[in-house]
Amino acid sequence: MGMILSAIGQGFLWAPLGIGLFLTFRILDFPDMTVEGTFPLGAAVAVTSISNGVSPIMATLFGTLAGALAGLVTGLLYTKGKVPILLAGILTMTAIYSINLRIMGQSNRSLLNLPTLFHTPLLGFLPNNLSVILIGAVLITIIVTLVALFLKTELGQAFIATGDNANMSRSLGINTDAMTIMGLMLANGLIGLGGALVAQNNGFSDVNMGVGTIVVALASIIIGEVVFSGDMSLTDRLITVVFGSIIYRFVLVLVLAIGFDADDLKLVSAVILGLALMLPNLGQRLNLRLKERN
Amino acid sequence: METKLQLIDATVVVNQATAEEKTILDHVNLTVNSGDFVTVLGSNGAGKSTLFNVIAGSLALTSGQIYLGGQDVTYLGETERTKELARVFQDPKLGTAPRMTVAENLLLAERRGEKRRLRSRGLTEKKRAELREIADQMGNGLADRLDVPTGQLSGGQRQALAFLMATEKTPELLLLDEHTAALDPKTSAQLMALTDAQIKKAHLTAMMITHNLSDALQYGDRLLVMSNGRIAMDVTGAEKDALTIEEMLTFFNRY
Repeated sequence: MGMILSAIGQGFLWAPLGIGLFLTFRILDFPDMTVEGTFPLGAAVAVTSISNGVSPIMATLFGTLAGALAGLVTGLLYTKGKVPILLAGILTMTAIYSINLRIMGQSNRSLLNLPTLFHTPLLGFLPNNLSVILIGAVLITIIVTLVALFLKTELGQAFIATGDNANMSRSLGINTDAMTIMGLMLANGLIGLGGALVAQNNGFSDVNMGVGTIVVALASIIIGEVVFSGDMSLTDRLITVVFGSIIYRFVLVLVLAIGFDADDLKLVSAVILGLALMLPNLGQRLNLRLKERN
Repeated sequence: METKLQLIDATVVVNQATAEEKTILDHVNLTVNSGDFVTVLGSNGAGKSTLFNVIAGSLALTSGQIYLGGQDVTYLGETERTKELARVFQDPKLGTAPRMTVAENLLLAERRGEKRRLRSRGLTEKKRAELREIADQMGNGLADRLDVPTGQLSGGQRQALAFLMATEKTPELLLLDEHTAALDPKTSAQLMALTDAQIKKAHLTAMMITHNLSDALQYGDRLLVMSNGRIAMDVTGAEKDALTIEEMLTFFNRY
């Protein structure tokens, strides 16, 4: 039971990461590697802020803003600097590694005996697992609602159009560079928020906690898509990312339960994502084969 | 008569100061008046697309000036000119956003050249009825597919939608860049007739590139022929009406 609750809570906390990457990977239609730097950046900023006496709420906000700033850098490199998007993300991600060390002053930082969003007197009556689920659920509901509403504004539609057909968007007077930068800032803001949340829940931030996060985020998106296929509104698709994030955590719990080591998790993550990516294609082929036989 | 477009000595030189230096638009002077429907002919590389790109702002002039609706737009970029100018491309894939629905595409185009704000896109029932009416003008079933992603439409429907999107908010100048060329003959003829009807009905000022000689003669009230980056022929009214396909072919063979 504890494991299940933990998976749900973790799923909620990691979900902003999936939602953030959804904005770039699915809507703008490119893989943004900045994620791997932004996630630990959000964590480092939040944890260092809390250690310096900032309230957890403000610290979480700072982590989010730091993430958005990283998105701005990648966005400028890509749109104004004409650096290919993969490389732009990798450049920012690499630079952030040093910045994170500077922010924390060391390679990791603990929140031992310090307040976090999940250990506030207000929620003192709840066991830790439940307070994580409660806060996570409230936050992710707010995030999904806001993102869904945003996507239905004129600005949001111009953002979607930019990812869908940049040429057409420009011919309608949409500033596609501005839209791309805005999308990267929003996405990385959410990812910074995810880093801040996960670090507070873990009780520490580590400069290496970003490794493999793009795989985690993609896994939430793809698992959500594979499990809930069919015609869906954009809002529904955002919700499937949250479910994808929870399912992914369940799978990890399961994998640990059948005897894998925590050290194996990156390999397992990659295998899960690889399978989820291949599944639609494999399924189709299998279908074809079966039809041929009949 | 109101002047919608004026090009003064418009010149584009590519690969300047290299061995491959080439003048692809050569001191072109052109005035298009309100209500003109100009068809543009010319063989490949004659400068038709260059002319359109220069007018639309996707290609900068090396020298010369461009006025759109009385305003000097020589140094304005592509997106800044979209307030005055709308364009339909040859490739149906270029003109619409494939994952967005027909209604969403029409909504996007309604604000061509305007600032996109953080307010609801306003897809109300009333708006939906309005969009339905707009789509219905095409008479090709588009009106019944408002909620279908445009990627699922036929090429003809997509191109008709692209045309609607370009004319939804009346542009000072409409550029049609071989917009029926990728369609099968029947659909192409249908869209061409619809285009003509719409241009007449809304008194649009339009320029249309085409490779179809009979379309060029049948439609529009003025005909330009481009050759080597220059305007080699410019006829209007009765003079244009008197032209035959044979005459045009002879004319082309000379260049």
